[in-house]
Amino acid sequence: MGKTVAEKIFDTHVVDRPAADVWILRLDAVFCHEITTPTAILDLMRKGRDRVFDPSKIKAVIDHVTPAKDSNTALQGKILRDWARRHRITDFFDVGRNGVCHVLFPEQGFVRPGYTVIMGDSHTCTDGAFGAFTPGVGTTDLAVGILKGVGAFRTPRTMKIRLVGQLRPGVFAKDVILSIIGRIGMNGATHRIVEFDGPVVAAMNMDARMTLCNMTVEAGGTCGICYPDEITADYLWEFIRDGYPDRAAAVTAFRRWWPDPDAVYEEVVVHDVSEVEPVTTFGWKPDNVKPVREMQGTPIEQVFIGSCTNGRLDDLRSAARVLKGRKIHPHVRAIVCPTTTQIYAQALAEGLIQIFLDAGFCVTNPTCGPCLGMSTGVLAEGEVCASTSNRNFNGRMGRGGMVHLMSPATAAASALAGHIQNSELFNG
Amino acid sequence: MKSFGGSVLFLNRPDINTDEIIPAKYLTEIEREALKPYLFEDLKLDGFAPHRDIPGREVIISRANFGCGSSREHAPWALEANGIRLVIAESFARIFRQNMFNCGLLAVELPAETIDRLFTEFAHRATVATADVARSVLAIRADGRAEEILFTLAEFDRALVEAGGWLEYADTNY
Repeated sequence: MGKTVAEKIFDTHVVDRPAADVWILRLDAVFCHEITTPTAILDLMRKGRDRVFDPSKIKAVIDHVTPAKDSNTALQGKILRDWARRHRITDFFDVGRNGVCHVLFPEQGFVRPGYTVIMGDSHTCTDGAFGAFTPGVGTTDLAVGILKGVGAFRTPRTMKIRLVGQLRPGVFAKDVILSIIGRIGMNGATHRIVEFDGPVVAAMNMDARMTLCNMTVEAGGTCGICYPDEITADYLWEFIRDGYPDRAAAVTAFRRWWPDPDAVYEEVVVHDVSEVEPVTTFGWKPDNVKPVREMQGTPIEQVFIGSCTNGRLDDLRSAARVLKGRKIHPHVRAIVCPTTTQIYAQALAEGLIQIFLDAGFCVTNPTCGPCLGMSTGVLAEGEVCASTSNRNFNGRMGRGGMVHLMSPATAAASALAGHIQNSELFNG
Repeated sequence: MKSFGGSVLFLNRPDINTDEIIPAKYLTEIEREALKPYLFEDLKLDGFAPHRDIPGREVIISRANFGCGSSREHAPWALEANGIRLVIAESFARIFRQNMFNCGLLAVELPAETIDRLFTEFAHRATVATADVARSVLAIRADGRAEEILFTLAEFDRALVEAGGWLEYADTNY
């Protein structure tokens, strides 16, 4: 019987089977940030286990609240910083060199096809875009990963979502994944790994594939997976070039992490993207999804372009295309967050930052802050935000605030209009 | 092993997410006890007032997809800081469920019909539920009514609960 991608990764990483349905897997990387890791560090210290399994396989970043906003967050940063130094974790990214973890770590080449990666963050599912198994976990799983280099997982169950058709202009990966979540529901992929397959995914660049995989957890999924191909090899080439004679050889080697033709899936969903138009959410659940045109005119106070979902270069480019030479509505405040230092520098070089500034945007340093109401863009009671982030839960961006999720192009168009609005990139 | 039982808090809504269990602004705390006053602060549910309804409760009964969203283990920590070590629901989000067992806490899944019946028969009464891990039996009682419900506990989950959590288990075994 053929195997899915996750089944192949499990087979090559298993170190124990303590029960019929449980696999203890060797981890290729453990990623850490300053919100969920400090408690793990303190737990390990209290138990006399202040050790790390392999400092070269641990990567750490301060990204949720950066620079620190108060004494608590300063202490969280300090615990992580001191720990990284103490254990010679050289891939530690502090203020000035940091970025949103799910953008930064792939950008640094830390995620490779066939890898197992955990992080104390639900959006670690993003990293599966490289053909890897990358579940988000809690602090205790993280502590065990740091100490022992292993994680415990159930026998993988996989669903396949096959994307067919042709994306219309002005429709992006964000619209696709929101339309999928709206279709299968926020419980539709629970306990499952989601393989994204089909010509639409094959044509997507890595930024778009990461957006797609990023929100699988909003349908309950363990992680998304895209099949590693030429586009993956191009993205990773500067990091892997010593391992292969040429890119074609890398692509051939990556084929090991494709599913067998007779792999068995719990469910196969065919999703025709030709039908998808720009969408947004309403209410407090990410599966409450409607076409933008049905929400058109909904007044907004704030716009946020950023996050691990949509704060990559491609996202800034599509927003800037909409904004170029224009000013945001006087009643709206708008925040754009390039999610890594490298993206920020590239956006500057391309003139994107100037477009945002001219339009009246506040440009922030790389941070997760606004997406979860921690810093740099918290909503007041009753305020509404058009956001490119991933969660519209009640209170997510600030107590009593309302969040509408959408693509960067739609968010930019909404900033100009002062209400939810389709971008002119979409000709519906 | 911890003990699992006590007065029940009924939360009658599916998809209660971890932002509702403990809002992100409190994730700047590094000690579990500090989360105690903020449990369910942002949960909007008819007739529910956190400061009135949480004290004294040690068990939650809820609907499908409990604990969805963020991976924050602060959610089970905030529950345990308030004395809640047992959550009974129709289903759980993967990470929340794993976090519960990793902390040596108990997440029990029951079929939708059983959960429906518990809400109908017990939600308006002062109810006490107790889990007997060795026998996989839930005992539920309220003024004169009492019933026992069998639940399924996977072998590995039971081992985690008995060990007091995943860190303890892994440190012994790996």
